[in-house]
Amino acid sequence: MGAIRKPPRRQLPGPVQWMRENLFSSLFNSILTVVAIVLIYQTVVPFVGWAIVNAAWSGQGREACLPYADGACWPFIIERSGQIVYGFYEQAERWRVDVVFMLLGIGLAWLMMPRLPAKGAVGVVMLTVFPVAAFVLLVGGMGLPPVPVERWGGLMITLVVAVTGIVASLPLGILLALGRRSELPVVRGLSIAFIELWRGVPLITVLFMAANMLPLFMPDGMTINKLLSALIAVALFSSAYMAEVVRGGLQAVGKGQYEAAAALGLGYWRSMLFVILPQALRLCLPNIVGNFIGLMKDTSLVSIIGFLDLLGIIQSGNADADWATPNTAMTGYVFLGAVFWVICYSMSRYARALETKLQGGDAR
Amino acid sequence: MARPPAHRGRGARPRDVLYQALLLGAVAAVIAGMAWNASHALERQNIASGFGFLDNTAGFDIVQTLVAYDETATYGRVLLVGILNTLLVAVTGVVVATVLGLVIGIGQLSSNWLFARLCRAYVEILRNIPLLLQLFFWYFAVLRALPGPRESWSFLGSAFLNNRGLYLPKPLTGPGFEMVVLALGVGLIAAAILAHVRRRQREETGRAGPVLLPVLGLSLLPPLVALALAQFPVSFSWPALAGFDFEGGFTVLPELIALVVALSTYTASYIAEIVRAGIQGVPKGQIEASQALGLKRGEALRLVIIPQALRQIIPPLTSQYLNLTKNSSLAVAIAYPDLVSVFAGTTLNQTGQAIEIIAITMAVYLTFSLLTSAAMNAYNRRIALTER
Repeated sequence: MGAIRKPPRRQLPGPVQWMRENLFSSLFNSILTVVAIVLIYQTVVPFVGWAIVNAAWSGQGREACLPYADGACWPFIIERSGQIVYGFYEQAERWRVDVVFMLLGIGLAWLMMPRLPAKGAVGVVMLTVFPVAAFVLLVGGMGLPPVPVERWGGLMITLVVAVTGIVASLPLGILLALGRRSELPVVRGLSIAFIELWRGVPLITVLFMAANMLPLFMPDGMTINKLLSALIAVALFSSAYMAEVVRGGLQAVGKGQYEAAAALGLGYWRSMLFVILPQALRLCLPNIVGNFIGLMKDTSLVSIIGFLDLLGIIQSGNADADWATPNTAMTGYVFLGAVFWVICYSMSRYARALETKLQGGDAR
Repeated sequence: MARPPAHRGRGARPRDVLYQALLLGAVAAVIAGMAWNASHALERQNIASGFGFLDNTAGFDIVQTLVAYDETATYGRVLLVGILNTLLVAVTGVVVATVLGLVIGIGQLSSNWLFARLCRAYVEILRNIPLLLQLFFWYFAVLRALPGPRESWSFLGSAFLNNRGLYLPKPLTGPGFEMVVLALGVGLIAAAILAHVRRRQREETGRAGPVLLPVLGLSLLPPLVALALAQFPVSFSWPALAGFDFEGGFTVLPELIALVVALSTYTASYIAEIVRAGIQGVPKGQIEASQALGLKRGEALRLVIIPQALRQIIPPLTSQYLNLTKNSSLAVAIAYPDLVSVFAGTTLNQTGQAIEIIAITMAVYLTFSLLTSAAMNAYNRRIALTER
């Protein structure tokens, strides 16, 4: 019969205690904290000052920015916003680009939101009907006046390159991955050669090849559109990377699944299509999204071969004498960096969420 | 690697042989068709084919060359200059990126809340912005905005940074310097032998003799003695402002600075993630076991954690090194004279021999890739788990 001992009350750490534990637990730790504070102070404070406090926010032309010597020149971005989104696409026809953006947005949102049904059907529509519709809308035809590719630019061409690369590289990459794991020596050899060739060289040489060599390979009298040859280059290049991602997924599917498919009497193509690939693709979905992020960033390379994509438009603005201020270049890059960062970071968060979801599914 | 057992031995069936023959035929036909079209197109445009152009005079100058080069040199020489300039960027970038990535990767796991957040922010910001954009940022927005030569930033009065580049003192060697190099070589060999002997000793007897100090002494003392004996045959050419520009010392091009900074900070964000994953991948039991054995924190890190983390780090690290080398081709966008810029750019435009030049360029990068992965695979085999 003793007094009931109460467990010691767990004390919630106060701010001082928290700081002592997490910031100043040892001499080295304290030094790190001071270094971190100095680094943050040296970067964040001047950046906020430049981007917000000291920046020019309104006005017309470079005169609006010149008085703000230590601040961003936002009127540059505001005035160029049309070009940044549409390039030099005809004003009257820009609604067509908007429709394509909207279709793409709806399709992607549908695929990414976990609650919505019929993901498979929507996916197939996005991979088949959507590209055709987008092609007709952007290029013209079926009653729509044609818009030459030379007038395309900005966000629109960036998305055209990225989406084409993604849509084309997925089926090509799956075929190549299957080829690389094939028992047929010729198929395997050709697949390995193709994959390793593209993975071993920089994208810029592939784009140079498309610009300089593809026209030579065409039959007499047949010319190839400059944008199309760049798209082919991006598709070939990214399909090699996609093949390696899919191969990882194929390897992660258990041996028993292959055996079970064989035991059911399924042939090679049926067992792949109905048993192996659905599991493999699910397993490597996070890595596929990771690949898309890489592709999205790589699209900026088309500005080197003369396309006015997002980066190309910003570069041409920097070279424009009408906007010659000390802060134009920095403003353009910071703005574009923010745009790319939002797109790529949200994709990577999505990939991370997918990964945890898939792992959770395995644990059941 | 689980191969589908049901399809084992397919290669021998007649149907499979037929399919493969058809595939091979189709690929050959496409390639032959393209070659046929290309030869016609070249004939029409009066462009010679073959690699004879490599012996022709280039006739253009290159701002940075690591070997002797002038306008009368051949296109073959241009190729060499380009390859060396690419290697310079790649090697410098790999070293800087590895150091930076290591620090930030370990920093992400730091028990210091603020520092860990800072490292995390670095990784998430840098790797979600296109490298080309970052390169333009460093080159056009940062380096171009530096003051001119007269208002250069000075570091201790001996190095200067301005919008034309970085000016560093250049070491000049006098007579007797060969002796120093020789002494250094002898010292290094002696140190390597000692390290090897000590390791054998430790493995056989289990007793560890002193290693670090003797090795340092053996490798550093001989060259220092030789330096003193030869009365310090090293002098420096110091950069100094003369008129509107600097003279003396040597100049690092702003293009090179921008390229190395952009490549290494960008790649460091990937390496940091690899390092973090590698360290986190070491099972907790290993760390607890090392504590149970009474190892100190440093010893546990050096003898237990790092060797195991390395096994997970090396393969993805290899592909990051390769990516950095391939990404160095973005040099063409800021006119740094790398392989793509001077060879697949200027030379191609002058000669028009697209097929040969692109093929050579791609072959060079493929060789880099194969050599790097071969070297890293050999290293990986050495440190891989030896299972009994």
